[in-house]
Parts: sequence; C-alpha cells; structure tokens
Amino acid sequence: MSDTRNVWVFAEQDGGVLAEVGLELLGKGRELADRLGSELHAVLMGKGVEGRAAELIAQGADRVLLAEHEELADYRTLPYARVLTDLVRERKPYIVLVGATSTGRDLAPRVASALRTGLTADCTDLQIGDYESRKDATTYRDLLLQIRPAFGGNLIATIVNPKGRPQMASVREGVMRRAEADAARKGTVERVAPRFEPSDFALRVVARERRVSTVKLKDAAVVVAGGAGVSGQAEFDLLRELAQVLAGEVGASRALVDAGLVHHDHQVGQTGITVRPRLYVAAGISGAIQHRAGMDGSNKIIAINTDPEAPIFQIADYRIVGDLAEVVPMLVEAIRGKAK
Amino acid sequence: MPYRSVVLIKQVPDTHNISGKVMTDEGTIDRAALPAIFNPDDLTALEMALDLKDREGGTVVVITMGPPSAAAVLREALFRGADSAVLLSDRRFAGADTLATSYALAMAVKKLGDFDLVFAGRQAIDGDTAQVGPQTAEKLGIPQVTLAEALLGIGGRKVTFRRAVDRGTETVECDLPCLVTVVGGVLEVRPASVRRRIEFKHASTPLEYKALIERWPDLGDEARVDAWLAEKGLRIPVWSATDIGAEEGRLGLAGSPTQVYKVNFVVLEGTESKEVPPTREGIASLVDELVREYIVG
Repeated sequence: MSDTRNVWVFAEQDGGVLAEVGLELLGKGRELADRLGSELHAVLMGKGVEGRAAELIAQGADRVLLAEHEELADYRTLPYARVLTDLVRERKPYIVLVGATSTGRDLAPRVASALRTGLTADCTDLQIGDYESRKDATTYRDLLLQIRPAFGGNLIATIVNPKGRPQMASVREGVMRRAEADAARKGTVERVAPRFEPSDFALRVVARERRVSTVKLKDAAVVVAGGAGVSGQAEFDLLRELAQVLAGEVGASRALVDAGLVHHDHQVGQTGITVRPRLYVAAGISGAIQHRAGMDGSNKIIAINTDPEAPIFQIADYRIVGDLAEVVPMLVEAIRGKAK
Repeated sequence: MPYRSVVLIKQVPDTHNISGKVMTDEGTIDRAALPAIFNPDDLTALEMALDLKDREGGTVVVITMGPPSAAAVLREALFRGADSAVLLSDRRFAGADTLATSYALAMAVKKLGDFDLVFAGRQAIDGDTAQVGPQTAEKLGIPQVTLAEALLGIGGRKVTFRRAVDRGTETVECDLPCLVTVVGGVLEVRPASVRRRIEFKHASTPLEYKALIERWPDLGDEARVDAWLAEKGLRIPVWSATDIGAEEGRLGLAGSPTQVYKVNFVVLEGTESKEVPPTREGIASLVDELVREYIVG
C-alpha cells in the first residue's frame, strides 16, 4: 500500500474506559485530516472493547482499527508496540498522535524507534504547514507543525519531521479540547488480527493497584496555585485555605511538585494539567512558559508575587506585588466577609 | 548472584534553579550560564543500580554522551560507587534528537559486551521527553520497564519492579536483560564517599590531559599521564562514532528525523490589568469587584 495522508489517533483505553486524551485528540485529528483532505483513523486495542468504537466515530473517526486479543487485555509495551508498528508499516499513515499518559509515553517512543521516525513530546499545538529546508533546499508541503515550549524560557519551538513517516507527536490531556460528540456520524469498524512473537511476552504484570485521584483540577472553576515562592508547608496550607473558601482546587507549578510539597496530580503546565478556570490565583509563581501553557486560557488571573518583574504579571488581570504569606490571608478574610 | 548493570546518565543545565544572573537583557535564559548538573532522575537510577550491586554483587558501568566537559558527571558517578565509566564524545554525535541519541547509546552498550540491566532516569530536565530510555531499549531489542519506583526483587533471569503509572502502581516481572527507567527521588541517594573522592580525584578522559597537566605540572607529558592513569584504573575512555561501529547517517543532526523549523520568542502582550495594592483595603475592593462580576461567590 502506498503512503496515505491519513491521520491516526491511538485510542487508549483502560479497563474498557477510553482515555479522555484520546477523545480530545480525535477533535484535533479531525481538523488536521480535513485540512489534508484525508481520513481520520482511531486505533483501538484491548479485549472486549468493540463497544467503544461507536464513541470514537462520534468523536470524529472515519474508521476504527480494532485489535482485540487476550494478550492486549491490559497494556504492556511489547504486544501493543508490535500491533501498532505492524499496522503503521502496512498502512502507512501520514501522522500518528498519542496521548502523553504514562501508557502513551511508554508506547510512542518504542514505536517511533522501531519505525525510525521522529516523535515530539508534549506538544501544545499542532498545525499543517509548509517547511522550506535550507539543509536540502527543498520545500516540504503540508507537514505537521509540532509546537511546544522549548528550554530557554520564553521560547516556543516548531518542530518538523520532513522525511520520517509517520510524523508522530504526543499531547498531554487537556491541551486539546474535546469536540462535541455526534452520534449520527458514520464510520467503519475494521477488525485487524494481531500477530505476536514469543519475545513480546518477556514482561508480565503481577499486580495492579489503582489509586483514585481525588484531584479534580481540570474542570475546576477556581484554581489556587503555588510556585517556587511558596516557602514551605505552612505557606502552602494558606493556599489550601484560600482554595477552600473559593470552593476551588489547589494547583502547583513544577517547582513546588519537585520540592515535594504537593503530588504531581496537582501540577499545572506543559508537563502537567491544562486548566481553563473562571479564576486562577497564581501565588509565588514566576510564570515560566511551561507553566503558562497550562493556564493562560483562564478567564481571570490574579497574580501575587514579590518580584514586580515576574512574567506572570504580564498575563494577569490583577497584579498584587507583595508577599503571599500576607496577601493570601487577607484574601481569605475578605472572601469570608462577603460570604456572611 | 552478581548482575552486570549499565547506567545511562546525562549532564544537563540546571533549569530548576534559574536566578536573575542567567537572564539575558532580552529576558531569555542564557543556557551557557546555567550550572551543569547530574540529571536528577539519573542520580536515582544510579542509586538503584548501586543498591542492586550492594545486595547481589556484580558491576556498574556508567555511560554518558556529551562534550568533553560531561566527564564531570562520570567522575561524580565514580565517587558514588560506579566501577567504571565511558564517555561518548564526537562531533558526529552533535545535534542528535532522541532517535539518534538512543542509537548511539545502544551501540555503546553493545560494545560493552554482555549485560543484565540497563538503568536510565525517566527523563532529563532539559527536554523532559522521556523518550531516550524506551528508544534505547528498542534499539537493543530488549524489554523496557518505564517509571520504576522500586526494584522489588531479582533472582535468576527475572527481575520485579513496581511502576508508578497515572492511575496507581503496577508490579511487573521482566525477563533479563531489560532496560528500566527510574523515577527521580524515590530512593535516598548515597553521597559521594570521601574515600572514593580521593581515589578517583584524577580520573580523566584523554580529552582532559592538557588541563590536568596545567594544574599539576609534575605529572609530566600526556603519554606519561596516560600510562599512569591506565595503570591506576583512572583512565576514562572516550568512544567515538567509529569506536562504537555506528553508521554515520544515523548519528547526530544527520540521523535525526526531527528538525527545529523555527523558534519564536513569546512576546507577552500586557493584558489590560489592574494593580491591586497588597493592603486590606486593596484586597477588599478586589474581592468586591470579583463578586460583582460573578467570578467569585
């Protein structure tokens, strides 16, 4: 089969439940496929998951490639990588998008390496565009422009993969918006037969323990987030209190997560969660681009920082130059006063 | 029983401690001005390998790819307990994306000979891709265990790890050899021992001989230094693309499918914003406004 211009999305599922990020990617994938005048395919692997195919079509897929097998019941790198790699080799999609979950970040690099193609992690935007390569004086038409914040502060890099196929990218949950489901959409479900090698079973899952995350950051109406300026547990507790009086959730920049004050489930930003609350309070957060990528869609932003030059102030609706240890209790008091 | 471990490590700019001193006038970060450190996740990976050696015996070899100055993290690994170190350094490695990097690392691991476990940090703080570990495993044709937070047990040709996945934890048993990527901070990392610090103080790559002689002229010329370090087991070999038998087209910029098309400075457009004084009155009027606009309450 010759190369296609088709766009594929890995439709991750766990215990028969589709991962949110896969559904979000179908919205973006639909947009890219329409731009390319091609088809959007979802790759669904598992056991007893056929019933999920209709949801993928409703979210925009033209075709669902369904691989069901006993060995695919639970995710393991090698069997999943085998199926996806074989399918790509056989059908030659133009673009493959994968959610940057712990599963997607395990699977995608393994597959990209086997296919000897490029993979860009944690993209914050994906577009179609032309690329003039100075290296080989060629213009490449309709490439996937893979956009992500780059190391170096206020930098956004656009990465392209002119020759490798497919063009692969991963995207964190919440970055793309899920499209409205359309139950009337028509699509095809095609069963594909996996073929394994004995070496694919070198790893066995002995036990799984599910931790139910109580953090509902993504859809929170109010987020109170702390960063490197939060000096310890006592100050972080002030933020918790403010979140509580605002009926919101606590968020954090990476600095605070790395400092061990809060679990990664609370991290807002490129490598964490993307939020779009009604109100975002950034306390002691300088506002590196990696953090802003996860919160600049907030409706109103209050920034509290001792440094008047902190970049966060440039996207804030309300600037409070001051010590969060003093400002946050005043906010709590004022809001409590209103509630009476 | 003794196991042969290889640990992949990286020297990275310390992006976690960005002070005003490293900011340029344009407000960007001067990467060269950042201190170079041992990638934090890799330090935990090294600890897991050393801990395995303490329990079962065996060897721990560290490999890094980078410029000549990256030998600093190899010495750091020797101070902490690694048995030997290799530096991959060659202009032909430069500009590599994760695919070309993993190819070079896999070729180097193969050159070392038989091994049981390859350890790597989950990700490096300068790129955060978490791709090099899985891609190196694929190039080696061995299974991978990503996001390991504990090595629970090992016996014969099987090892058991606990993984930290999005929705909880997973315990997996894997055949050897395998590659494991380790989540940073899950183990208490041993400090460099004073004894080993003295023992490996002069451990050097041939690329550093000149600087070594400048500091300690008594060492003599490069040939003498080389013979002396080799005899003491302090010579850190440098492997080139040729040494690892790599195909040139798969290395560095040439072997990297991804290219940076453009880099844009993000100009923050000052949104219309209000300065709120950090006083009781200021805060109270802010809250009034938020309530009026149905943002709060």
